Amino acid sequence: MPAVQETVDQVRSLDVDQYKYGFVTDIESEKAPKGLSEDTVRYISAKKNEPEWMLEWRLDAYRRWLTMEEPTWARVSYPKIDFQDYYYYAQPKKRPQSLDEIDPEILATYDKLGIPLREREALLGIENPSRPIAVDAVFDSVSVATTFKAELAKQGVIFCSISEAIREHPELVKQYLGSVVPVSDNFYATLNTAVFSDGSFVYIPKGVRCPMELSTYFRINERNTGQFERTLIIADEGAYVSYLEGCTAPQRDENQLHAAVVELVALKDAEIKYSTVQNWYPGDKDGKGGIYNFVTKRGDCRGDNSKISWTQVETGSAITWKYPSCILRGDNSQGEFYSIAISNGFQQVDSGTKMIHLGKNTSSRIISKGIAAGRSENTYRGQVTAHRRATNSRNFTNCDSLLIGDKCGAHTVPYIEAKNSSAVFEHEATTSKISEDQLFYCLQRGLSPEEAVALIVNGFVKDVLQQLPMEFAVEAQKLISVSLEGSVG
Amino acid sequence: MNVVTQIRTAAEQALGIAVEQRTAAAEAGRIGELRRAAATAFAANGLPHRRVEEWKYTDLRALQREAAPLAGTPDAAAVAAASADVMSIEGAPRILFVNGTLVGSASDLALGAGITVEPLDAALRGPLADRVGALAPQRYDGPLALNTVFLGSGLVVRVAAGAKIETPLHIANVFTGAAASTYGRVVLVVEEGAEVTLVESFQGPDGVAYQTNSALELFVGDEAHADYIRVQEEGDAALHLATLMTEIGRNAQLHTFSFTSGAKASRISLYGRFGGQHSQAGLNGVNLLKNKQHADVTLLLDHAVPHCESRELFKSVLADESHGVFQGKIVVHPDAQKTDGRMMSRALLLGETAEMDNKPELEIFADDVQCGHGATVGDLDETLLFYLKARGIPQKEAEALLVQAFVGEALELLENETLREFLIARAAAWLVRRAG
Repeated sequence: MPAVQETVDQVRSLDVDQYKYGFVTDIESEKAPKGLSEDTVRYISAKKNEPEWMLEWRLDAYRRWLTMEEPTWARVSYPKIDFQDYYYYAQPKKRPQSLDEIDPEILATYDKLGIPLREREALLGIENPSRPIAVDAVFDSVSVATTFKAELAKQGVIFCSISEAIREHPELVKQYLGSVVPVSDNFYATLNTAVFSDGSFVYIPKGVRCPMELSTYFRINERNTGQFERTLIIADEGAYVSYLEGCTAPQRDENQLHAAVVELVALKDAEIKYSTVQNWYPGDKDGKGGIYNFVTKRGDCRGDNSKISWTQVETGSAITWKYPSCILRGDNSQGEFYSIAISNGFQQVDSGTKMIHLGKNTSSRIISKGIAAGRSENTYRGQVTAHRRATNSRNFTNCDSLLIGDKCGAHTVPYIEAKNSSAVFEHEATTSKISEDQLFYCLQRGLSPEEAVALIVNGFVKDVLQQLPMEFAVEAQKLISVSLEGSVG
Repeated sequence: MNVVTQIRTAAEQALGIAVEQRTAAAEAGRIGELRRAAATAFAANGLPHRRVEEWKYTDLRALQREAAPLAGTPDAAAVAAASADVMSIEGAPRILFVNGTLVGSASDLALGAGITVEPLDAALRGPLADRVGALAPQRYDGPLALNTVFLGSGLVVRVAAGAKIETPLHIANVFTGAAASTYGRVVLVVEEGAEVTLVESFQGPDGVAYQTNSALELFVGDEAHADYIRVQEEGDAALHLATLMTEIGRNAQLHTFSFTSGAKASRISLYGRFGGQHSQAGLNGVNLLKNKQHADVTLLLDHAVPHCESRELFKSVLADESHGVFQGKIVVHPDAQKTDGRMMSRALLLGETAEMDNKPELEIFADDVQCGHGATVGDLDETLLFYLKARGIPQKEAEALLVQAFVGEALELLENETLREFLIARAAAWLVRRAG
């Protein structure tokens, strides 16, 4: 069985140490004292010049967090996290006033990642200059630079760091922050609320179609730095925004903790499209190191006819615990979840979505593609619920898993709950390996085994890739091929 | 960090006392050990509740408010009443249990060559005693723990190697009289190359809050072929808890069919395990529920060895405010290559406030497998209804036709024609009762 043997070989030789973006930028940084206490929370709040109400909110979260227990239901295993062994805040020492003052090392880092930070570079970096990409680069915990602000401001779009928003737009922040993910939603979200360092804030005013794709690149760069991003996106009535998030982290041995919270609010007739490419350090080939990624992402279709769409390409992190969800509150609202999760080496992924149908005529669609290789564990965990009053709700779910190698695991745990008779839910899931027929067909037409596997995997995930904005799709495709690189031959 | 002390419900306290009394006397041997282990498990965990993942949708602490007293030996009047009511299957020898007690005088105990039956209490002292409790999962849940503590009534059926038993054997359980609880267990040993069909039926009066706890241990030997059909038509106030455990040998076949239309609340926990290669299992069922009925089917199928095939199809029809639950889990072990598993749960919601909860799970540790599951929930198709009505068929009749077609897909899977017709008739009777 040469085809099987090749599949086995490809996994065996798959070298996770090839992590392309694994490097450390050496810049000075300022840290909060190690560990977590009320003082840490006060330190972070003071560092950010936050108003009193924000500090109170954080302290309240911290106190609630102390009473909570770490969840254990996900199919992931890792040594007990010592929350006192992390730094909860780090920022580059030099606060830049303009792009020219940005530490050249940081700029160089972004260059290596291929992210055009300067407007000029951004314009050069893409094919269609009329639709440039704005980059709000989060380097460690602080927004280092925000570009295109002026252009966005013309449309009334607010795109800035969350710390800035707390200072400049307190009324919006007060109204919406924590309204989708409540303070004590879950262990990691509460931790994030207490110590969130920075993140992005987007407000699209009524009737505005955001003129460009908004994008943030996260990097975890400081040794032992917990990263607690907080993102809040609000699309007011009739507004549209497409937001891109991508991240990659340097290679190191200690496990790094990351607990982000993303809140999306779509009011009447609004649409938010949120795309993620996640490529954090997955650990070395012995399963040592790697990022712990505990994320709470939730969108609230608050108004009628609103729509929220999540697209994610997950290739990194040692542990991923992430369930981007939609609360379909408004009548006729729509939720979508498109996901590619690739796990390799010793990675553990427990990811999926929740679609909570509350409004009438709400619909949701879930397409999840999991690819497990090496000794990884890849779990889809999802929930679709139609409540009593959610008449005529519709859901279609398709989750497929592909197994490469006999040491990995693929699991599916869907919860499908229909509480009224007009709900129509369809769910299907399959698990299989690359079929020998397909491989044979490709090989006998002269493709190399590596090309054949790449072709088949690409076909397997095509449904999801198509959902990514064009600029991102190229990067995602590259990532997928890098993830399976060197796996054959 | 913080230890939660479970507050025991009244039912749990009463059951706890009954469990202590049953295990107070020192009982020697393996059965005694089994009983004590189950008692310990019950003392530790009590009844399962919604925080227990496998019981997420069936909160037994809430559903079982009272512990009905153990049923006594039925008197002549009870036996006569039960004998009059009991359902019968054409041509099938029948063994009758009334209120959990074997009624020898009303049972066909001499079954001819190849198949022997023995009351469980006698069998516990015989050569097949080792089989009792042998298939229990590592962790007892509440109902199985109780069934094990009160082990005593039941039947051990043995089909000798190579014997091909043509006519189905029918074990009928009838409840009659005032509310009480019964604990029964059937052990079916199908030896190498043997073939048999077993039907278990459960029935009782409406309006009586009696409690049935039944367990089945089914050993399917190498090259053997076993069919198991259960018909649950308990009274509308009854609580029915069942645990089915099976191990399938090499080159063997097992087909189970579960027909549920009775009880106020019911739960079937099915644990299946492939112990030998190249075997096949088909686990199917139909649930017909109305009013405030609650029925839960939870199955765990363990593909422990390579080259096995499993198929599950469960159909639920949910009228009024009824609540259906399907939880299915296929586990494929690291070496179980070439596993082929397909699981499907379909629900038809007829009542506006009916509820269906599906949780089909796959847990796969081998790569060369073909596994899938599907779950659908929906209303009757308006276009199909319209098609029938346009041809002059009244609404109710059209609905009944469509429902019949819906459950028919599962019923058609029954190989035995007599049994297939028997269940199709019972499904039709349910539809008539509902329409009336």
